[in-house]
This record gives sequence, C-alpha cells and structure tokens, in this order.
Amino acid sequence: MDAIQRELLEAVSGLHEIPTGAYNIRADGASIERNSTANIEIIPKADTSGIEIHIKPGTRHESVHIPVIMSQSGLQEVVYNDFYVGDDADVTIIAGCGIHNGGDAASRHDGIHRFFIGKNAHVKYVEKHYGSGDGKGERIMNPVTEIHLGEDSFMEMDTAQIKGVDSTKRENKAHLEAGAKLVVMERLMTHGVQHAESYFDVQLDGEDSAANVVSRSVARDDSYQLFTSHIHGNNRCNGHTECDAIIMDNAKISAVPELSANHVDAALIHEAAIGKIAGEQIIKLMTLGLTEAEAEEQIVSGFLK
Amino acid sequence: MLELRNICFQVPDEKSRNTREIGILKDVSFTLEDNKFVVITGPNGGGKSTLAKIIAGIEKPTSGQILWDGQDITDMSITDRAKLGISYAFQQPVRFKGVTVFDLIRLAAGKEISIAGACEYLSKVGLCAKDYIKREVNASLSGGEIKRIEIATIMARKTRVSVFDEPEAGIDLWSFQNLIQVFEEMHDQLHGSILIISHQERILNIADEILLIADGELKKKGSKDEILPQLLGTADAAGACNKVKIRE
Repeated sequence: MDAIQRELLEAVSGLHEIPTGAYNIRADGASIERNSTANIEIIPKADTSGIEIHIKPGTRHESVHIPVIMSQSGLQEVVYNDFYVGDDADVTIIAGCGIHNGGDAASRHDGIHRFFIGKNAHVKYVEKHYGSGDGKGERIMNPVTEIHLGEDSFMEMDTAQIKGVDSTKRENKAHLEAGAKLVVMERLMTHGVQHAESYFDVQLDGEDSAANVVSRSVARDDSYQLFTSHIHGNNRCNGHTECDAIIMDNAKISAVPELSANHVDAALIHEAAIGKIAGEQIIKLMTLGLTEAEAEEQIVSGFLK
Repeated sequence: MLELRNICFQVPDEKSRNTREIGILKDVSFTLEDNKFVVITGPNGGGKSTLAKIIAGIEKPTSGQILWDGQDITDMSITDRAKLGISYAFQQPVRFKGVTVFDLIRLAAGKEISIAGACEYLSKVGLCAKDYIKREVNASLSGGEIKRIEIATIMARKTRVSVFDEPEAGIDLWSFQNLIQVFEEMHDQLHGSILIISHQERILNIADEILLIADGELKKKGSKDEILPQLLGTADAAGACNKVKIRE
C-alpha cells in the first residue's frame, strides 16, 4: 500500500495497518490482503467479483473488516459481497469505501452487500464512504444493501458519507422476521455540486418486528439530497423513520417518508424536518467566543456526530 | 469596568404600521464597577432582558454608548465582546442536536479541558456530572436541567463580567440555596463583576447594588439596604396574588 491508499484506509475503516481478525482489503480492483479465522471464513466468489463471508453460529465478539480503496483514476467496478451470519452470533462488520481520484476520468465503486442474518444473531454494521483528490474525475459510489433478518435477530447499521463523494445513490432493502429489529443511522454531508440519493425500503413481515431508520444530513453549497424511506407494516410491528436535515447556501433537499400499514396492529411513525441552522444557536456559541463561521462548523459537526 | 451611557433602544410599533417607534429602553446609564455584584429587578416587560442583550452585543442600541475600561465597544461584535471578557447566560437556553454538555463546557472554557474538569462545574450547579456529561443539549433536557447547564458554561468561562438573565427560573427551591452559593463563589473567586436579572428576594439579598428598571427607565439605583426595603414595601414588588388581596 502507498501513502494515498493508507490514508484512504484510515478514513474509511479507522485502520492504520492490517487489522487483526478476519479481513479482506480490496485495492484498485483486486483483493490485496485476506485473512479468515476459525469462526469467520472469507472466500472469493467463483463466478463474479466479490466475496462471501461465512460467520459460524455462536461466534461471539469478533469483527470483520472489508475496506475498499481506489486510488487509480477511471477505475469502475461492481462488487458483490454476501454475508452469512450464523444463529446466535454477535459480530461487528466494518465496511467502507474510499476513492482518491487525481485524474480526469470518473472512478466508481458499486458495492452490492447482502446480509443473511440467522436467528437471534446480533450484527453491528459500520460503513463509511469517503472521497479525496483534486482531479476533475468524479468519485461515484452506488451501494446497495439487502438485509434479511431472521427471527429475534438484531442489526444496527451505521452509515456515513461526510466528505468528497460526488455522486451517490444508496439503495437499502430489508426484510424482518418475527421479533427481529433493525436500527439504521445514516449521516450524510454534501457540498459543492454533489448529488446524493438514499432509499430505504423496510418490510416488517414478522410479528413484533421493529425498525428505526434515522437520517441526519447537511447539504451545503449547490448540492442536492433526496431521502426516501418507506416502511411497510405487514404484521404486528413498530416502525419509525426520521429525516432531520440542515440546509445551507443554495442547496436543495427533498425528504420523502412513506408508511404503509397492511395490518391493523402495525404502529408506524414518520418525522421529517428540514431547516437552516437556528440563529440563536449561532448567537449562543458566539457568546462563548466563537466566530460565526466557527459556530456554524461546531453545530454541523455535532449534528453529524 | 463596564459603563452604559444614555442607552436607548427603540423598535417600530406594529400597531401603527411601523410609523411610530416604541421605546424599550429610554436613556439608561449606569456603571458596573469591577468586583461588584449587581442585581437588576423590575416588572416584566420593563426592558431588563433587552439591556442584558445590549451588553452582550446581541442587540445594538438605537443610541448611546457602551464603554469597557473607557474603550467604546458599542459596535463590537458578540464574539469580540465574549473574547474581551463578557459572558451572558440566556434566559431561555438554546438547545442543540448533537452538541453534548461536555462540548458546550469545553467551548465555554475556550481550551481543552478534562472530563473531570467539566464535571466539576456540573456538580457545582447541582447536576450529577456522570449522568449529564455525555448527554446532548437537546429537547430531552428539562427546563431546570438546561438552565443549570447554562450557568455551568458561564462558570467555565471565568470572565470579568458575567450577565445572567433570570437564572432562578425553572430551578427548584431545593437547589436554590446551591445557586446562591454558586454566585457567591464566582464573586469571591473571579474578582469579576456579576450582573443578574432577577425577581427573587434571596438573590436581591446578596447584591452589593440593586437597579430597578421599569417602563424602559432606570427608576432606582442604590445599595441593597437602600433599595430592598422600598421594593418590598410597594405594591410593585408584591406578587399578583397579593395584589388581588390588597384590592379586595
């Protein structure tokens, strides 16, 4: 790995070096490092590009890192990664993609992630997207996440895209069986002329399944954001979706929450709020000695924390 | 030393379709000496809060001057006044999504401080520090909690002038004595001056000086011993319920 690749790796996964535990590091279109453990096996797909991650039932407190870094301008790829999480497992999966584009051609990574989560399993999934480089070439990421949550399982998805991705279309779908729970926290910041769309489609199929899909975003400059979240209550269930956005400069934001109740005991709530930073928040921080610009920065970074 | 000279503050009168102006403050002058504990009191709507905002730089006076050690700071920004040494505690503290109590105290201190250091301020205002330090300063805090956090941020600033707008509002009686101690301690340790807007007799009682502002004017000014008996002896100072009794 060179310096740029190391910087990308750190930005998307917090890693300085090769991690312990199971991992697969993909750089410029190929897997450069891979490690399986006794409980977590990572194998390349035979027919297409991507990997399968098999986590044995009952695996406790282990982690999987699968960062993707791209520093070669003009590279375009679609990668299919499938996660099979065994019953009763409790694991953390850290994905993420960093693109450095110093050239004029667009670089693009589309990660298609599918999760098959067993009964009573517990998964924390962290995904960070980051772009850097001053070339004219666009940095594009179109992740797709498909989640199948087995009975009484739990998944927490923490997804962030704070800087440098020019165009993104994020599609997320989930099916939940009885007693399963999904918690999603999406944090997004767009600037310049960036364009970001995210879609969530959550099917609460099983009795007493529950989902909480929350998005916090900041749109600056001339950027555009679209947030769509559709929760289907197909059984006795609880669903909540919330979009909270700060709009700045000449940005545009659309929030489209949608609920469909297909069962009399489905309890579904949506909330959406878009607004600029409250003037009194800036004034309060100015009375503590911050300049207006510093106050704004502090409010935005707190909001996206 | 902070000096206010002939401060006037006018706003357009909406009833007259903005053709006339209403005087919120009319020719108010006073000097806040160093190391003094001054309480401003008076009826609601009399202009007290506006005066505090004018000192902090949040509102600009229509006319008049504000001097800091003789230097004219009338046109100085909120930020520069804060850096100069003026702190202002909001009557209705601002809430932030995502900004934690620790963030706010750290920003107030103006330097990196330890969690333990920040916790000390919270303990002084009667909050169990470990329960609060990581909490967001958002709508989940009660009125009394956020009011105490606001006071803690002012303590962390350690400035020469601290202005509090009705700090007692929302603070329960049980904690009230603590609050008095906080002000007394600030006064002793900082050697700065404290200006409190308050209706509370117990706060008026610890003042070196009391100012009475009503109808936008400075009506009375003097030591606690001079002013307090006059205030307590008038119908103005009585609560609404008592006034009803007097009329009956």
